[in-house]
Amino acid sequence: MRMHRRTVLALAVFTGLTAPSMALAADDTIKIGLLATFEGPFTVLGEDGERGAMTAVAEMNGTVAGKKIEIVKGSSDASPDSAVRAARKLVEQDGVKVLVGPLSGDEGIAVKDYAKTQPNVTFINGTSAAQDTTLRNPAENFFRFSTDGAQWMAGLGTYAFKDKGYKKVATVAEDYSFPYTQVFGFMAEFCKAGGHVPSKSWVPIGNKDFSSVIAAIPEGVDAIYVALGGADAVNFLTQYQQSGGTAPLIGGSITVDQTVLTSKGKLKDVLKGTPSAGPTADTNDAPAWKAFVEAYKKQPGAFPSPSLFAHGYYVDMKATLLGLDKVGGDVSDGGKKLREALSSLSFDTPTGKVSLDKNRNAIADIFLTEVTEGSDGNLLNKLVKVVPQVNQTLGIPEDEFMKLGAVNRDNPSCP
Amino acid sequence: MSLLDRPSQALSSGGMTLRQAWGLAGLLAAAVLAWLVFAAWPDWLNAILISKKAFVSAILNGITLAGLYFLVASGFTLIFGLMRNVNLAHGSLYLLGAYIGYEVTNRTGYWLLGVAAGFAVLAIVGVIMQVFVFRRLEGDDLRQTLVSIGISIVAADLMLAVWAGGTYQISTPEWLDGALTLPVITAVRSNGASVFLTYPLYRVVVLAAAIVIGVGLWLMLHKTRVGMMIRAGVDDRAMLQASGVNVHAVFAIVFAVGAGLAGFAGVVGGSALSVAPGEDVRYLLASLVVVIVGGMGSITGAAIGALLIGLAEQIGLVYFPTYGIVLTFVIMVVTLAIRPQGIMGKAR
Repeated sequence: MRMHRRTVLALAVFTGLTAPSMALAADDTIKIGLLATFEGPFTVLGEDGERGAMTAVAEMNGTVAGKKIEIVKGSSDASPDSAVRAARKLVEQDGVKVLVGPLSGDEGIAVKDYAKTQPNVTFINGTSAAQDTTLRNPAENFFRFSTDGAQWMAGLGTYAFKDKGYKKVATVAEDYSFPYTQVFGFMAEFCKAGGHVPSKSWVPIGNKDFSSVIAAIPEGVDAIYVALGGADAVNFLTQYQQSGGTAPLIGGSITVDQTVLTSKGKLKDVLKGTPSAGPTADTNDAPAWKAFVEAYKKQPGAFPSPSLFAHGYYVDMKATLLGLDKVGGDVSDGGKKLREALSSLSFDTPTGKVSLDKNRNAIADIFLTEVTEGSDGNLLNKLVKVVPQVNQTLGIPEDEFMKLGAVNRDNPSCP
Repeated sequence: MSLLDRPSQALSSGGMTLRQAWGLAGLLAAAVLAWLVFAAWPDWLNAILISKKAFVSAILNGITLAGLYFLVASGFTLIFGLMRNVNLAHGSLYLLGAYIGYEVTNRTGYWLLGVAAGFAVLAIVGVIMQVFVFRRLEGDDLRQTLVSIGISIVAADLMLAVWAGGTYQISTPEWLDGALTLPVITAVRSNGASVFLTYPLYRVVVLAAAIVIGVGLWLMLHKTRVGMMIRAGVDDRAMLQASGVNVHAVFAIVFAVGAGLAGFAGVVGGSALSVAPGEDVRYLLASLVVVIVGGMGSITGAAIGALLIGLAEQIGLVYFPTYGIVLTFVIMVVTLAIRPQGIMGKAR
C-alpha cells in the first residue's frame, strides 16, 4: 500500500513537471535555446552573457513577428562535452529550432560539430571565439555574429611593439582553443613588427595556483601577455602581485573584461595601464553604445559596464531576432528561410556595423583599449583606437592566411 | 676460528645493514637537494629544468600546497579512520568555511577573526551533521556515503544561491603581504650582483600553520586522553564501546575537529588562492587522493600523501602542464598497486 501511494505520488509529480512544457509548445510562441556557462569556472561570464541576450529580448519587448519569445536555458561548465550535452537537451528534448550559444572556445567547436548532425536547427554563436569554429570545416547552420579571438586582438601587437616599446614578451594562457586563437592574433602582429616571444606558458583551465608558472617566466622580458578568463585571471593577477612581479602586463580580451575588473581584491594596482583589445570598450562615446549600456543595466545584477560576454550574446541574440523577424517567425521549413535571412543580414550594433563573410563569421569593428580607474573607483577599459571592420583573416588574403596553419600551442612561434 | 670470524667480518667489511643503507641514501638525496637549492646552477642544468628560480619555486609551492591539502585531508582521514564514513561533503565544508571567512573578514576587517570564525562555525556545523545525520545512519556505510553526496550537492547549490558564481579573494592583512627574500641565489647578474629568490610571505605562513596544526594533532592523538580514545576507536570501535567509553561523544569531537579544520583550511586557502564555486569538488578530490595515497586514518600518512600530491601537482604544472594532472593519478595508481592500504595505512 505504501509503495503504491508513493508510486502514485511520483507519477503525479512527474506529470506536474512535464505538463507545462507540453502546454507551452503552442503556436503563438517561439522557443529559443540559450546555452551558456551557468556553472564551473566561467559562471560569472555565463551569467553576464545571459544578461546581454535578455537585453536583446527586452528590446523587442519579448516578442518577434507577433510571437512570444520563450527562452529555454541550457547550462554547461565550459567543457565541450557539457556544452554538447546541454545543446542536445535543448534540441532533442525541449525541441528548440533556434539555439544561441555557447560561450567558450572549445565548446564552440564541439557545438559546431553537433550542428552538422542537426541540419534543421539553426545555431547562432554566443561568444565562443576559437578560430576553427568557422574558419576550417565550418557547419552550414552555424552563424557567428560575434567575432573570433584573433580578430579581437587586431591592433594590439603593433601597439605593444611601437607605442609601448615592448620587444620581448612572454605569454601565459589557458590551454585550449580560444587562448590559442588570442595568442595567435596578438603574435601575428607582434612578431611581424619585429617582436619576440621567448616563452609561452599554457596552463590547464581552472588552475588555481599560478605561482610556479609565474616563477618560470624568464626574467628580462619587457611585458607579460596574459590570456586567462574569469577566476583563472583573478588568481593569476593576485598571485602575480603577491610574488612582487614588476613586468607590465598586456591583456587578452577577457582578462581585462568587466568580469575580472569588478572582482573583489587587490587587482587594481597590477591592472592599471594594461593595454588590450576586444570587441568592446567601456568608455566608448558612441550614442548607440551608451544606449546599450543603459538598456543592459536594467538587467538584474548587471556590472557597471557590460562585459564582452554580454555584448557578444546581445549581438548574436539580436541577429537571431532580426532574422526571425524577417521570416515572420516561421521555422517550419527546417529553418531554411531563416538561415538565408541570417546569411545576408547586416545590421548596426552598439559597436558598429556587423556583417557575415562566406563562412558565416562576422566582420566588425575592434577596439584597442587601456585599463584606467574611473571617477567612481571602478576599473574601466578606456578606448584608445578603433580598428574598423576587421575580417577573420585579419586583412591578410585568405590563401596566404590559411598557409599560416591552424592555431595550436606551437603555432605561431617567434622566440 | 675462521668460521667464527666470518660473520663479524662480513658485518664490518661487507658494509652495512639495510637500515644504514636507507640512511645513506636519504643523506645523499638531502645533499643533492641542498646543492640544487643553494649552489649556483651550471648552464646545462638550467637548460633541462628551465631555470633555478622556476625549479626552487615549484618545490616551495609544492610544499605550501601540501600544507593546505594536509589541513583539509587530516580532518577527512580522521573522520574516515574513526567512523568508516567517507564523508563526501568534506569539500563543501571547505568551501563554506572559505565563504564564512570572507564575510567575517570583510565585515570586521580582521583577517584573524575570519580564520577563527571559519574554524568555529564549521566545527559547529560538523557536530550538527554528526548528531542529526550520521548518528542516525550509524553502521550503514553505504547510506552514509550516499547521504553525504546528497548533502554536498544541496550545499553547493545553496552556496551558489547565496554567494553567486563570482570569484572572491579574502584579503590578507598588511603584515602578511609582500614577499620574503630567501638566502637562495637564483642567478648572477653580469655585474656580479646576485639575484635572490623572493617568495610570498603569506605562503610561508600557510606552511607554518600547517606544520603547527599537524604537530598539534599528533600531540592530541598521542598524548591526551581523547586522543587515546580516538586511536583506540580507529583500531577497534566495538572494543572501545564495550570498555565503557561514550563513543558518541568521541565521534562528535572528531567530527568537530575534522570539519573545523576543513573550514580553517577554507579561509587560509581562500586567502592564498581564491574562493569560487567548484572548489568543493576540487578539494574533496585532492583529499581523497591524499588519503588513499597516505593511508586511511593516519595523520602521518595524510602529511606524506599531501606532500607527494602537492609536489607532483606543482612540478607537473611547470614542466609538463598538459599532462600534469596525470602525475597525481599515476602516484595514486602506483600506490594502490604496490601498497593498497596506503603508505602509512594498516592492512586490515
